[in-house]
Amino acid sequence: MIDLTIIWAFIIAFAVFVYVVMDGFDLGLGILFPLFPQKADRDVIMNTVAPVWDGNETWLVLGGGGMMAAFPLAYAVLMPALYTPMIAMLLGLVFRGVAFEFRWRTQKARNKWDLAFAGGSLVATLAQGIALGAILQGIHVEGRHYAGGWWDWLTPFSVLTGIALVIGYALLGATWLVMKTEGGLRDRAYHLSWILLIAMLCAIGAVSIATPFLAVQYTQRWFAWPNIILTAPVPIAVAAVTALLLRALGSKNDHQPFFLTLALFALSYAGLGISMYPYIVPQSITIWQAAAPANSQIFMLFGVSILVPLILGYTAWAYWVFRGKVRPGHGYH
Amino acid sequence: MFEGWDAVVLARAQFAFTMSFHIVFPAFSIGLASYLAVLEALWLITKREVFINLFNYWLKIFAVAFGMGVVSGIVMSYQFGTNWSSFADKTGPVIGPMMAYEVLTAFFLEAGFLGVMLFGLSRVGPRLHFLATMMVAIGTLISAFWILSANSWMQTPAGQAVNADGQFVAADWLKVIFNPSFPYRLVHMVLAAYLTTSLVVGAVGAWHLLRDQHLAGARVMFSMAMWMATLVAPIQILAGDQHGLNTLEHQPAKVMAMEGHFQSHKDGAPLILFGWPDQKDAKVKYAIEVPKLSSLILKHSLDAPLAGLDTVPRENWPPVPITFWAFRIMVGLGFLIMGLGLFSLLMRWRGMLYQSSLLHRFAVTMGPAGFIAVLAGWITTETGRQPFTVYGLLRTADSASPLAAPAVGSSLIAFIIVYFVVFIAGVIYILRLMAQPPHPGEQGPATNIPARAAGITPAAGAVEGAR
Repeated sequence: MIDLTIIWAFIIAFAVFVYVVMDGFDLGLGILFPLFPQKADRDVIMNTVAPVWDGNETWLVLGGGGMMAAFPLAYAVLMPALYTPMIAMLLGLVFRGVAFEFRWRTQKARNKWDLAFAGGSLVATLAQGIALGAILQGIHVEGRHYAGGWWDWLTPFSVLTGIALVIGYALLGATWLVMKTEGGLRDRAYHLSWILLIAMLCAIGAVSIATPFLAVQYTQRWFAWPNIILTAPVPIAVAAVTALLLRALGSKNDHQPFFLTLALFALSYAGLGISMYPYIVPQSITIWQAAAPANSQIFMLFGVSILVPLILGYTAWAYWVFRGKVRPGHGYH
Repeated sequence: MFEGWDAVVLARAQFAFTMSFHIVFPAFSIGLASYLAVLEALWLITKREVFINLFNYWLKIFAVAFGMGVVSGIVMSYQFGTNWSSFADKTGPVIGPMMAYEVLTAFFLEAGFLGVMLFGLSRVGPRLHFLATMMVAIGTLISAFWILSANSWMQTPAGQAVNADGQFVAADWLKVIFNPSFPYRLVHMVLAAYLTTSLVVGAVGAWHLLRDQHLAGARVMFSMAMWMATLVAPIQILAGDQHGLNTLEHQPAKVMAMEGHFQSHKDGAPLILFGWPDQKDAKVKYAIEVPKLSSLILKHSLDAPLAGLDTVPRENWPPVPITFWAFRIMVGLGFLIMGLGLFSLLMRWRGMLYQSSLLHRFAVTMGPAGFIAVLAGWITTETGRQPFTVYGLLRTADSASPLAAPAVGSSLIAFIIVYFVVFIAGVIYILRLMAQPPHPGEQGPATNIPARAAGITPAAGAVEGAR
């Protein structure tokens, strides 16, 4: 018998991961924006994502809508628990989203919209990272409701995960620029990639060390025999990808750093899944407890299995249409 | 701050505020996407330059409006969880899949092809580009399909059961999706979106005709918009009437509030044109009414009895004054729009369509009428279905998150400040774009700055942009 709930857990996890992959670099560009004060550079940076950012953020809507559909109880518990970070993220996304068009529509206020783009991206990323940390550290649930306080989400650990995600997205942004730009802009992006990679490794290390201290479950999951046979490949793979990434940056390869950074994200994400499974709200609600009834799962599975491959197809086509380096003054704008 | 406030009232205020801001943009972009598809098709068929100029002119405006719709829409998809978590838990198995389908079938389609539509003409060629435009336009309509189905299910729930956890579950998906009010609501809203867009396009055309009667682009857009208003406004009034009869059947209390019928009428209910509904005293003060007309409209018989709110328990009454007045604003604007359409037809027949400055002034004034009518219509239907979120089954008070008033109040203030700053800026940019007349060699969205600063040579710029 196939367990639909597990399939749905993978589908939602996949949607969130695709979101991280797609919007990660474009939020990262916002975070890096203050480091590129030249208007010409900023125009190029914007043009590298202008045709695709909309689609990138749609995965976030799928994450939210999909979770309400497939795991309504988890959605109903997590959203009030993460109230402040969620509102902050939404407002941050408002500012950065409109900046894509607004900054071309005004001469006078362009700097303000550039600031909105940078600030909005930073706030949204920080909020996502904090939300992740707040989920990992456990959420107080009574009955079918969130029962914790309004500041439970704010702890040293959640701040750490918030900062870690900012570094991670910034690295994705920097390696994206390496791939999509040329000349001085690319050289600076290379330079930033080095610094950010080292910071990212420190962040991964810090979060990995801190996580087992949050709950016994995490410690056992990672270090108890025989689990360790299954979990050990994750850190080993992280080490291998890091080595490749260092080599790619060393040889000034344009494409590899971005994709290797994505691999690093995928491994961290897999680690997260290993820590959390089978909980969707750690220590409180499992995926089976939160799951929607079978007929809702089946109804949506039809759509997902046909539409998601189609979506991935035309999204890939859109990226293909706008492939290659973006040059100053020759953007799609 | 906000201690002693009712958290549910604040959450409702937040939903009303963010939703009202949001709906303006989809209402515009549903119509505008279709208009852009028509313009591009006409360009491909006739090869007349005026059509591609108009296409590029409106595409710039579309890009700004669409961006605002996207970001305000993301807010909506998370608000069910943040402020209405009990609702999300209980209705998630029914509403959730419909919204997931909206994302999968509509949002991705729009977003996926938007980039090509905005920036890709020189990269993919006219045929593929037209396909992208079509996909965006179809996406907006599919989106309307799903979200209106979800909303209609909340208004007229059908095909559901309740499980052991107290959640609604779908017993029959077809009945859920095609619930009784859905077809009426879908037609009414899509027509409203088309009318709204035609009024905006008409107003912009008229604005430029007032300055220069011979401007080709302004003439074409004005004529197209007036045809739309002329043809669609009467259909919309008919559709609205049918929607009202459907509401009378399934949500009679809403119609009682719209009509201001506190009392039942045994032989023929009057149509109250204006008055001041007093919820507490349960009567309409200073009422100006036409005897028996309401029974004629709703029951097609002068003497048909019509029940009033006195047949409904008071705790199930919707807020009558808001429902009553919002309904009158919508209907009043509907007839004004039809008036504009008829007036334009008269001028067209007399060959004065591009010369009548009275008509042009009227059209400019009516520019925002569609938005106001859409908002008034939604306020009517959403206020009129109170005090329920799922009509008759789940009360609004039982739908909210376990939130304290200060949390909801603070986020409400944050939304108000941010939305006013961001969306007022956006509207100003859109108005600035509209203030420019469409001209030959019009460029698409936000040309890159060097080419743009030069201000001319769009064709060269487009070729340069190609690879």
